Amino acid sequence: MSETTPRQQDAPEHDILAEIQAEVAQDLADERPPSGGPAYQLASSLVVLGIGVAAAFLAYGYGLGSLRRPGPGLWPFVVAILIVVLGAVLLVVGRHLDDTEKFTRASLLVLVGAATFVALGYLLPLIGFEIPAVLLGIVWLRFLGGESWRSTIVISVLTTAAFYGLFLYALSVPLPHLIAF
Amino acid sequence: MDFSAFLDGFGVVTQPGNLVYCLIGVVVGMLIGVLPGLGPAATMAILLPIVYSAHDPVAAIIMLAGIYYGAQYGGTITSVLLRIPGEASSVVTVFDGFALAKQGKAGTALGIAAIGSFIGATISIIGLTLLGPLVAEFALDFGPPEYAALALLGVLLVATIGNGNTVKALAAAAIGLLLATVGSDSFTSADRFTFGSLNLEDGIDFVVVAMGLFGVGEILYNLEERHGKPHVPAAIANIWPSRKELKEAGPAIGRGSVIGFVLGVLPGGGAVMASLAAYAAEKRVAKDPSRFGRGAIEGVASPESANNAAATSSFIPLLTIGIPANASMAMLYAALLVVGVTPGPQLIDERPDLFWGVVNSMYIGNLILLLLSIPLVGIFVRILRVRPAILAPITALITILGVYTIRNSVFDIFLMIVFGVIGYLMKKTGFEPGPMVLAFVLGSLIESSFRRSMLIFDGDATGFVTRPISGTILAFVVLVIAFPLIKRAFRRRSTPATAEAAASEDAPREDSLR
Repeated sequence: MSETTPRQQDAPEHDILAEIQAEVAQDLADERPPSGGPAYQLASSLVVLGIGVAAAFLAYGYGLGSLRRPGPGLWPFVVAILIVVLGAVLLVVGRHLDDTEKFTRASLLVLVGAATFVALGYLLPLIGFEIPAVLLGIVWLRFLGGESWRSTIVISVLTTAAFYGLFLYALSVPLPHLIAF
Repeated sequence: MDFSAFLDGFGVVTQPGNLVYCLIGVVVGMLIGVLPGLGPAATMAILLPIVYSAHDPVAAIIMLAGIYYGAQYGGTITSVLLRIPGEASSVVTVFDGFALAKQGKAGTALGIAAIGSFIGATISIIGLTLLGPLVAEFALDFGPPEYAALALLGVLLVATIGNGNTVKALAAAAIGLLLATVGSDSFTSADRFTFGSLNLEDGIDFVVVAMGLFGVGEILYNLEERHGKPHVPAAIANIWPSRKELKEAGPAIGRGSVIGFVLGVLPGGGAVMASLAAYAAEKRVAKDPSRFGRGAIEGVASPESANNAAATSSFIPLLTIGIPANASMAMLYAALLVVGVTPGPQLIDERPDLFWGVVNSMYIGNLILLLLSIPLVGIFVRILRVRPAILAPITALITILGVYTIRNSVFDIFLMIVFGVIGYLMKKTGFEPGPMVLAFVLGSLIESSFRRSMLIFDGDATGFVTRPISGTILAFVVLVIAFPLIKRAFRRRSTPATAEAAASEDAPREDSLR
């Protein structure tokens, strides 16, 4: 982070800055879950590399043209090559980094959360937003958040009602809805 | 400077509708600043759909701007009371802020922080008011090569200055540039990376990408990280600092404001960087540096003035050149494009109502924030008692319903979820979504400027270097790439000494924080 501090030649300030950054990093690290280790680094570098190779291949197919008359594929091709290079560098230097986070049992919560998003997306055009919104509230509050049933129901219904007012009346945007007045 | 346009700007802000939006913006900003979890960029992303439906685009932009600088005020509160920075830019405030709170001086720390924030921001707005028109006039001469170089520098700086590993940030940025090419090519209308999907023909909407990577990504990430229990802060008293404390903090506020203003203007700079640098500077000029970390009032005053000054001055590159300096400014850039305004040097002449309306709204917004954070701070502290579990479904619903309302498109919902999952996975594997979003937003500008330049230069790429302004900017690009490598080589030689110094410095601080 310190690369562009003004007067970067100024050694004492630079040292203090680096020191504070280390303290901050240490402080934040205390609160984070365990690091994922080399396997996570390897997998993520391979994904970057894969994206780069696939994009370079496709971009080449779109036609590179020349520098005088760049084709549609030239710019994506240049960017894709850059991604390949960065992916390769990561493959080598990334192994010893500790900036990943292990997937734990708590990561399943994320999966459930994402699933409720998808379900809402499917149901919205079919049965309007009210019922799916209340259901999403129930899942998030009761099962993901551990709230009591009473507050779960009250908050879900009130939130949905508030959004009904906000979107349909205050902002008057056409949102598919079941209940019409 | 066109003085009457400046005054007309106040006319724009004082319209009741705009004042209400400004108030909503700063209150929302303050709230999300107080609540750890969602940052200002994510909140701005989630609220982007409002820009489509607001009756007046200027009001919506004023509101989004308010969220950004409002968050800088709110972030302090949790740093001081709970030792949890509400925002990344308040991380260093934790050291002395929490130490002061433990000595029963939480109120003083918050009061000084609020006053420092207000002064820092106000100095910075005055700087913006005076400097903005000059920069815009200078930038009017920029052609495609300058824009290509400048946008490239912006992306590069955001990637190298952000948190985390630089190579990873650069990879994220490069993938962002690639995402920007999806859709029909504007020069040849050939389809690129659409895989036959008509929905992708027009390219991927940056609002959807930003809402996914920032909004949904953070919501999902917080779902896993959340610890369930609410934080109960101690009661605070004596917000108004004494005359002696003000005297002590005064010079620190001044230095912090100047450092913040300067660092905020640089692309890639911004509030986080500025608060760190200001704290470092304060520690360096102090007669007795060992007080820091044990409740030095300067250690709160300076970084808090700096982060607000930087948050304000980072509007300069966006409003006068059209290059967003950080992820939050990229959201504002997106919002301006949505309302049909291309940010750039012509903005100040073509839309003086918007330029001066937004700039002058900051004078008023900061005044509101000063009122909110001194007399009304107790209310915001209470918000910390709300359990995070209750807020999560509400933000989730705002995000999904919001993205749908942009185009009444279910496809957008699913695309946003996909980017949300990508954002979550990126966070888990140490890739920052910020550089990706910024590169994505600037991607088409870089590509079209690059291609236009090649046409101007008739295929001769050396033209980038021989034009004086683009050449200078590219020299900076090279410097940014080369500097960390040189520094690493230099560090390797001097590692043992600094490591020792850091270790001896670390021990007392640990005690003061527990």
